Amino acid sequence: MLLTIENLRVSYGNIKALHGISFQVDEGEIVCIIGANGAGKSTTLRAISRLIPVEPGSKITFDGKNLLDYPADKVVAELGISHVPEGRRLFENLTVMENLRLAAFARKDTAGIARDMERVFSIFPRLKERINQKAGTLSGGEQQMLAVGRALVSARRVMLLDEPSMGLAPLLMMDVFKALKDINKEGTTILLVEQNARMALQFAQRGYVLETGNLVLEGKSEDLLNNPDVKKAYLGG
Amino acid sequence: MAFFLQNLVNALQWGSFYALIAIGYSMVYGVLFLFNFAHGDIFMVGAYIGFFVSTGLLALASTGVVALPEGVTLALVLVLTLIISMILNSFVGMLVERIGYRPLRNAPRASAAITGLMIGIILETGNLAILGPQRRLFPDLIPTQTITVAGVSITNKKMLIVGISILLTVALHQFVQRSKWGMAMRAMAYDYVVVPLMGIPVNTVALMTFGLGSALAAAGGILYGTAYPVLDPNMGILFGWKAFVAAILGGRGSILGAGVAGFLLGFIEIFVATIFPSTMRNLIAFSIIMIILTFRPHGFFGEPYSARLRL
Repeated sequence: MLLTIENLRVSYGNIKALHGISFQVDEGEIVCIIGANGAGKSTTLRAISRLIPVEPGSKITFDGKNLLDYPADKVVAELGISHVPEGRRLFENLTVMENLRLAAFARKDTAGIARDMERVFSIFPRLKERINQKAGTLSGGEQQMLAVGRALVSARRVMLLDEPSMGLAPLLMMDVFKALKDINKEGTTILLVEQNARMALQFAQRGYVLETGNLVLEGKSEDLLNNPDVKKAYLGG
Repeated sequence: MAFFLQNLVNALQWGSFYALIAIGYSMVYGVLFLFNFAHGDIFMVGAYIGFFVSTGLLALASTGVVALPEGVTLALVLVLTLIISMILNSFVGMLVERIGYRPLRNAPRASAAITGLMIGIILETGNLAILGPQRRLFPDLIPTQTITVAGVSITNKKMLIVGISILLTVALHQFVQRSKWGMAMRAMAYDYVVVPLMGIPVNTVALMTFGLGSALAAAGGILYGTAYPVLDPNMGILFGWKAFVAAILGGRGSILGAGVAGFLLGFIEIFVATIFPSTMRNLIAFSIIMIILTFRPHGFFGEPYSARLRL
């Protein structure tokens, strides 16, 4: 297993967000976590990225290492786990190029960075046209492309994606997911959280269902898509 | 006309000190959302470090180990004093960040602000306790030469002070706009929460921000010492407050803005003092600033920031 989460518990003050969840992601997989708003999906990704503290007893293992030994910037720089946060969170005061250069901050392999940037531009040619534009002036779809591009440049082993479909028109959403599939084919493992359960399950190979801080179901995507409970709760009957 | 130009020259020098202090205020506010109210006292510490470094270097030179013509020796001492003191004072600033502010990174902003006030008082009284109450005389490193052009007398000191201030302001602006670390600072100014996701060590950026601001404050302190050679532990208080005003006037996080506003504040003060009785200087100067802020509440320039500063 590439990424193993055991008994992950997170609280915000007195409010318990995750009640000790456990799951795994294997190398090269696309795994999704679906669930309603407030179920704890984003919290799970933030805990893996070390943006928020976890409760004692939680264990996260990555590639045989204790991930909790690494601070947030080292999770990206040394473990190779990138994170496209909820709402994209681009640096809108910086240009497209500056956002991408910043994503490569911790990398020293100049040739590798150049290659990855070229790859981003070949997947999303629109970004190349906008290279010197401030990120804040991009359309929603272009911003999502830049957010994914940024994650591609910052780290290549695992990509954590928080609601990549949010705010995107259906056609653009297809484009983004197609690009993500290509990225996965080249070896990047993807862990995705989505409210759009149908989209997520069609895209991923396996899925987990998160309900108010507990994982209640897991399985292959097609099984979940056909599960009557999932259908009723998340796929609109 | 000569009267105007003469005051302009004086105002440029006076504004230089404000500009150099305001930049540090503005950078820390921009990058870390923090009012570092100790910054005026960091300027004071920088002036004292400059005093000790220059006095030491002069003593070293007088032993005759290196025999250089007097003018060359003094110029060399000034340059070395600037460089060494800026480096030393940047460590003072980084220490303040590490000990005073980092533990309060996620605390309410008001707590961090009063921490700044307390650190300021500690620096003032600490200076008093260690060095005693007597004032120090900054050594005269630039023998004054006066050039008179069209009735306006300009001293070599003034030219040097203004020149170095502008040079440092432009250099820092370039660093922030072009370098990788400068880019990280601008990113933090916009949305510091997600900066670690780029693999950027936030603590290092914070230290660097404090270090650069404090280095410029040290340069301000030394240049101030060459123009007004009497140093005392409280010299940074009023200067600090006025530079803070200039930093806000310049716009959050904007280095050029802080520089421009620092010079503007110098102009206003000098011209008010030439027209009105000098006791009314601060009264009128700050009334003008209030009026400017009424119409430009965000200052002249300034980094935009994201409204979402939480996850």
